[in-house]
Amino acid sequence: MIAAAAPSPLPAALKEAAVAAVVALALAIPMVGFYTVDEGGSLVAKTRFDWVAIAVAAVFAGRLALALWPPAWRLKPRREPAHVAVDGRFTLMKFFGAAAVTVAVVLPFLPFTDRYIIDVATTVLIYVMLGWGLNIVVGLAGLLDLGYVAFYAVGAYSFALLARNFGLNFWECLPLAGIFAALFGVLLGFPVLRLRGDYLAIVTLGFGEMIRIVLVNWQSFTGGPNGLTSIPRPSFFGLPFTRTPEAGETAFHEFFGLEFSSYHRLAFLYFVILVLALITNAFTLRIRRLPVGRAWEALREDEIACRALGINPTNTKLTAFAIGAMFGGFAGSFFAARQGFISPESFTFIESALILAVVVLGGMGSQIGIVFAAILLVVLPEIAREFAELRMVLFGAAMIGIMVWRPHGLLSRRDPSILLPLPKATGAS
Amino acid sequence: MNPVLLEIEHLTMRFGGLVAVDDLSFEAREGEITAIIGPNGAGKTTVFNCLTGFYKPTVGRLTLHHPSGPLLLEQMEGFRIAARAGVARTFQNIRLFPRMTLLENLIVAQHNFLMKASGFTVGALFGLPRYRHAEQEAVDRARHWLERTGLVMRANAEAGSLPYGDQRRLEIARAMCTQPVLLCLDEPAAGLNPRESAELNRLLAGIRETEKIGVLLIEHDMSVVMGISDHIVVLDYGKRISAGTPDSVRKDPAVIRAYLGEPESDAVA
Repeated sequence: MIAAAAPSPLPAALKEAAVAAVVALALAIPMVGFYTVDEGGSLVAKTRFDWVAIAVAAVFAGRLALALWPPAWRLKPRREPAHVAVDGRFTLMKFFGAAAVTVAVVLPFLPFTDRYIIDVATTVLIYVMLGWGLNIVVGLAGLLDLGYVAFYAVGAYSFALLARNFGLNFWECLPLAGIFAALFGVLLGFPVLRLRGDYLAIVTLGFGEMIRIVLVNWQSFTGGPNGLTSIPRPSFFGLPFTRTPEAGETAFHEFFGLEFSSYHRLAFLYFVILVLALITNAFTLRIRRLPVGRAWEALREDEIACRALGINPTNTKLTAFAIGAMFGGFAGSFFAARQGFISPESFTFIESALILAVVVLGGMGSQIGIVFAAILLVVLPEIAREFAELRMVLFGAAMIGIMVWRPHGLLSRRDPSILLPLPKATGAS
Repeated sequence: MNPVLLEIEHLTMRFGGLVAVDDLSFEAREGEITAIIGPNGAGKTTVFNCLTGFYKPTVGRLTLHHPSGPLLLEQMEGFRIAARAGVARTFQNIRLFPRMTLLENLIVAQHNFLMKASGFTVGALFGLPRYRHAEQEAVDRARHWLERTGLVMRANAEAGSLPYGDQRRLEIARAMCTQPVLLCLDEPAAGLNPRESAELNRLLAGIRETEKIGVLLIEHDMSVVMGISDHIVVLDYGKRISAGTPDSVRKDPAVIRAYLGEPESDAVA
C-alpha cells in the first residue's frame, strides 16, 4: 500500500538505481579499476574490474533501498494503522534479509576477503546462530536463560567425544549433538518450570556453571581443564581438506583440480555455519506460524491466560527449552569441528552473557536485529583490539550507549504470524 | 426446563483462617445465564478460580455434565479443565496477549484443536494439507467471533492497542473460540460506559441464543445482571444468601440488607 502511494514505485526506483549505477561505473573505472604496480623500476598499470563490479552493485542496491524506503521509516518510527505498517514492513524486511544473505554468500569470493575476514565472519555466524537459538527461549517463549552456553558445551563435547571414541564424522555427529543438547534442555527445563523472570535466570545461570565445572573435574571423560584435542575436521562430502590425503582418499583440491590452499577449508567451514544458521532461521520463522510457536509467544505474554485457554504450560516450556538447546548443540559441534580443540575455558559465563546480549541488543524476537547485534558484538572488540586493556571498557560503553538510545534493542518490531485479509479501503465500506 | 450443566455442591474454600467460600451449593443450566452477585469480597471470583482449576477447593464437589459424560472439575489440573471439560473464562483484570494481534489471540485460543491437526508440529512442519485446512477453519472461527464482537476491522492490530471496552469484548471472543460448554465471565462490564454495557448485553444475549452453552456471570453492573440473567445467586461473606429469578432476588430482604445494610432501629424510631 505504501509503495502505491509513494512517488517512486518499483519501476521508477529501478530506473533511478540504474542511473546511479551507470554514474558509479563511470567513476569507478578510472578510480578503482586501474592501479599501478612497480615492476622492476617501471610502473605498470593493472586492472581490477571485479572491484568495479562490486562498487557498481553496491551503489545499485543502495540507491534502490533508499528509493523504496517507506517515508514512515525516514522519520522516527510512528504508530500507524496496523494493516498499513505491516505491508511496508514486510517488503523492507524481506529486502534486508535477501541483501544480507547475498552478501554472506558472495563474501568468500570477494577479492579483498582474506583468512582474517573469513575467520571473523565465521565467528559472527556462530553468534548469529546461537542468538537465533536462544531467541526461541528468550525472545519467543520469554524464559530468561543465563546458562545457554551449557547447551553449546554439550554440543561441542558430544561431537568431540563421539568422534574420538567411536570414530564418527562431523555429519554423523551433528544430529546426535543436537539430540543430546535437547535432552539437556529438557533436563534443565523440568526443575525450573515453575520459575519465571529473575528466579529462572538464577537457576539457569547455576546450570550453566554446573556443566562447566563437571567438564573441568571429570578428568577421565572430558580431559578436564586440558580439554580435548585432535578433533576431526569436517570433510566436503568425504573429500578432506588436506594437502596430502591418506592413501585411497582424494583431497578437495585434487578432486576439483585446484591448487592446494588452506583458505578452502576456512571458506567451507564458513558455508557450513552459514547453512546451519539459515536452517535455524527458517525453522524459527516456520515454527512461529505453527501452534507451538504461537503458544510460546502467548506464554511470554501471559501464562495465566494460557492456562485458562487449555494450553499445557509444562509441555510448551519444555519444547522451547529443548528446541533452543538443540540449535545451541548444533552450533557447539560446529565450534568443536572448527577449532579442532575444545576446553571448558570456551564455555564460561561470559559466553552466555554475550549470547544473551546479542538477543537483547538485537531486539527480542527480531531475527534480523540479532544479525546486526552479532556483527556489532563480534566486530567491535576486533576493531578495538589495538586498545588492549581498554577493549572491554569500550565494549561496555558501547553496550550502555545502545541501551540508552535504543532501549528495546536495535530492531524491536514484531511481525504478526498471521494476517486476516481485510477489504482494502477501510473508510469506503 | 433446560438440563443442568454444572452442579456445585458444598463448595468451601479456606485460606488459612479465612473462609472465602462457605458451603456453597447451586447449579447452572445449559442455555441459561446464571449470575453470581454480591458485595466486594463476597467470594465470587474465588468460586471461579475453583471452577477453572486455579485453586483446589478445600471441600466440595464440582460436577460438569459434559456431553461426553460427567466430569469432576475439582480433580482436574488447571489447563485440562479448559482443554478437556470445555470451561472457558475471562478475567476481572483483562488478560489478553497484548503484543499479539487480535487474530493471533483468537488463534492461540484454538491451540489444542490446531496442535492435534498439526500432528503435534511434526506434520505441519512439512506442510501437510490437514493442518492448512484446520488453520483455515480456525481463522474462519476467529473471523466469525471478531464480526460478532464488532472488531473485525482491527483484526491485525495489536490487542494491547485496543480501547478498554474492545479489550473486554475481545476476551469474550477469545473464550468463545475455545468452543466451551461453560463460559465464565468475571465482571465483563467493569469499566464500560452505558453504551458499551448495552452492547455487551446484546453480545451475551446473542451467545445464549445461538450457542446453547451455559454462562456463569459475575457482575456488579445491575443493568447487565437484571437485563439478561435467567437465574441469580447472591453471595455474602462466602455464603449463599439468596437465589432465584431476577425479580425474586430484587425483592429479597436478605439481599437488600447485604447491599444497603441493616436499618438502624434508632433511626427508624
